[in-house]
Amino acid sequence: MKIRVRSTKLGKVRFVGHRDMARIWDRTLRRLGIPVAFTQGFTPRPRIAFGLALPMGAESLAEYVDVEIDTHHVDGHDLDLDGLPVAWSELLPDGIDVTVVDVPDVPVESLQESVTSCTWELWSPEITGEDLAAAVALLDADELLVERERKRERRTDDIRPLLLDLRPDHTGHRLVAELATTGRALRPAELCTLAFPHVDPLDVRVLRTHQWTSHDDDRREVLPLPVSVAAPDREVGA
Amino acid sequence: MSSVWARIEPLLARVQKPARYIGCEDGAITPRHDEFGPAGPVAWLLAYPDTYEIGLPNQGLQILYEILNERDDAVAERTYAPWRDLDHLMRVNDVPLFSVESHRPAAEFDLLAFNLSAELVFTNLVNMIDLAGCPIHGADRAPGDPLVVIGGHAAFNPEPLADFVDAVVLGEGEEVVSEITEVVAAWKAEGRTDRETVLRHLSQVPGVYVPSMYEVRYDGPRIVAVEARYPDVPATVDKRTVADLGDWPYPKRPLAPLTEVVHDRLSVEVFRGCTRGCRFCQAGMITRPVRERPAEQVRTMVREGLRRTGYNEVSLTSLSTADFSDIEPVVHGILEDSASAPGSCGNTTINLPSLRVDAFTVGLADEVNNGRRSGLTFAPEAGSWRLRTVINKLITEDDLYGAVDSAFSQGWTRVKLYFLIGLPTETDADTLGIAELATRCAEIGRRHTGRASVTVSVGGFVPKPHTPFQWFGQNTAAELQRKIDLIRGATHKVKGVHVKWHDPEASVAEGIVSRGDRRLGRVIERVWRDGGTFQEWGEHFDLRRWTSALEAEGLSLEQYVYRHRTVDEVLPWAHLTAGLHQDFLWDDWQAALAESGVEDCRWTPCYDCGVCTGYGIEHVVASPVPPAGGSQGTGQDLERGGEVPVTLLARRTASEALGVGA
Repeated sequence: MKIRVRSTKLGKVRFVGHRDMARIWDRTLRRLGIPVAFTQGFTPRPRIAFGLALPMGAESLAEYVDVEIDTHHVDGHDLDLDGLPVAWSELLPDGIDVTVVDVPDVPVESLQESVTSCTWELWSPEITGEDLAAAVALLDADELLVERERKRERRTDDIRPLLLDLRPDHTGHRLVAELATTGRALRPAELCTLAFPHVDPLDVRVLRTHQWTSHDDDRREVLPLPVSVAAPDREVGA
Repeated sequence: MSSVWARIEPLLARVQKPARYIGCEDGAITPRHDEFGPAGPVAWLLAYPDTYEIGLPNQGLQILYEILNERDDAVAERTYAPWRDLDHLMRVNDVPLFSVESHRPAAEFDLLAFNLSAELVFTNLVNMIDLAGCPIHGADRAPGDPLVVIGGHAAFNPEPLADFVDAVVLGEGEEVVSEITEVVAAWKAEGRTDRETVLRHLSQVPGVYVPSMYEVRYDGPRIVAVEARYPDVPATVDKRTVADLGDWPYPKRPLAPLTEVVHDRLSVEVFRGCTRGCRFCQAGMITRPVRERPAEQVRTMVREGLRRTGYNEVSLTSLSTADFSDIEPVVHGILEDSASAPGSCGNTTINLPSLRVDAFTVGLADEVNNGRRSGLTFAPEAGSWRLRTVINKLITEDDLYGAVDSAFSQGWTRVKLYFLIGLPTETDADTLGIAELATRCAEIGRRHTGRASVTVSVGGFVPKPHTPFQWFGQNTAAELQRKIDLIRGATHKVKGVHVKWHDPEASVAEGIVSRGDRRLGRVIERVWRDGGTFQEWGEHFDLRRWTSALEAEGLSLEQYVYRHRTVDEVLPWAHLTAGLHQDFLWDDWQAALAESGVEDCRWTPCYDCGVCTGYGIEHVVASPVPPAGGSQGTGQDLERGGEVPVTLLARRTASEALGVGA
């Protein structure tokens, strides 16, 4: 039985890397007493699949993980799925909270394959309202050539098609950006270099707010937050 | 009282592995902000002077962390050595050393207490005191500065650190941290006037040594005497020992980190002390007597620890875990519990470090290894029976070959063998014996598998204080290298044998400090000022820093490392004791030179090393029957079933045993 989990990553834990997160999920599942199915073969691995890696230092309101539960050892009906978000969040470090647990009725595509874009918020004390306006104007360009390095190979790409949306948030202090994740995806740090050339990207805070899938112009969140779930505080006090 | 997190945060975006600095572990205890200050409880900052990955699993630190936080009059947080990238950014941005829980500056704590497990971290200790914004020399500190305290195995000769530390704890900390807390609380209540007062009081706590209360007199290079400055300061400081490990089931809330660390699993200590009497082994000498944890408590601690942390692997730790007298029932109990625990599917792996060399042990390893056959490690330590009688590691060749044969026959393909070189009386025949043993082990392995591999790991011997070899002159780096080359030459064409070695120059640096005196403080300071931090890390180690610092201070390697000490010499740690009589150590040194071994006194009559009799404590074992397994290294045939004269879990309170309040 597969469950799909949405969670946050806010505050100090933004400095925990993607691989370390895998171990944290693994340990909390065991603490919850939920047996995870293992792959077959010589070196069996737990069947936990992660979505698109969050860059080190970025925060998120929309992280996803798929877990295959070993139903030989536990009956799926015995799991208290409604109570799971709260129980799980209690075991996770401060800043990581499970907000939605879903059991897909039909087989779902892997997170890595189905997510087509993400919405980000970017901000820094060094970014002014004028900077935001200039950044939004990037959408007016027909072509945005950027030299990027991937796997030790430098290449010039036109990243304009990857910019799906740019706008200031309601406070006027943050840039909201929807960036495509297909192909050679555009990283928030790469957008920063282009949008705020005078600011060190390491000083720009990054928050992932949504991950989207789209099928024939029908864009949906992977797992929307139910209305009953209050949106978590965007900034967790240190 | 203030968190400096907001100033640390921008720096963390610019360093490697920032998760080292955020805390947030399962089991972490974050004090409230109002729990600080002159009227608040005694605040301890427990420091490990190496990276987070190495320091976090340290059990000593975790135990004290919990004991202190359970007290109403104390709070404890942790800190680790910032890696060089963050160290640099902290200095440039004027950010002080901080705790990982509340990210409070180190200087706001009452005590900065370091756990020292090895000598090469001494420069990191100085660096962390400096990063804390505290004067590195104890003599320069003001009443408002933290008290710098050290403990751990490498604190048994604290003399090279005498300039930098205010107080030293000898031995086990479970009880003494509370006594120190009470002294410091009283000092705070009186307005924390001058340091001399609190240090004088601390010097009267059993197990606490305050270097500044002692005067060392020299005659040229030699020490003439180490004397207490005041009549109420004890002439000799004895180590602290808890009488019964069963009274201390810690850690109860083991720390499970958010990022990968060196021992990323649950650890449960099954016993403390070791009486095998290996003469090179400082840990075995200074932690006597043997105190086993009750078997049922081990099982409970494992079950609860796994449940609490979510780990699926546990290490049963001690100096020689297969010697735990109830090892088989405990292992079976753990496997039973794990099979019935929800979510585990019985996948718990039990790790048995410090394996004894015999077939019984391999059988045990087979049971607990959960199908994984990564590698098994044995430590024969010396290449010939003759040399093993010198060092009292009484493993016969049959023990070793039996162990290796059963390892390969049970599916392991890799065996690692640990050896020391540069041991007393060692000849080239002994050194080449290492190559012969390894070659033979690889041949045995090939009978079972074509993939058989034997890795020989060679370390240069560094004589340690409070051991029978404390008088022995260490081999030079060149001599160690020559011996490494002998082994390499004799094995390089042998199929399946690989040789690894520890840098002989690092052994020299370790040797400088290991048996050093107070004059080395200036050397350590020079090495640190020259940028010599993280000396345990090959990429940051350079022996020339140490040799030029020695030279600048008019001191020599010959004096500190290479020369044999004489029986009439006052050793720098002569006023500090782990309970071992000096006569016992000297006689054992002479017995070593005469190639005469001694038996494990857990199972055989006492030969009066001084510890049990001196401290009124005894070996505490869980079962009167020694575990099965060959000769137990004693050379005797110790059949299972023979009763031995030991105390079965004597329940005695610490205060009765030591005559002090716990």
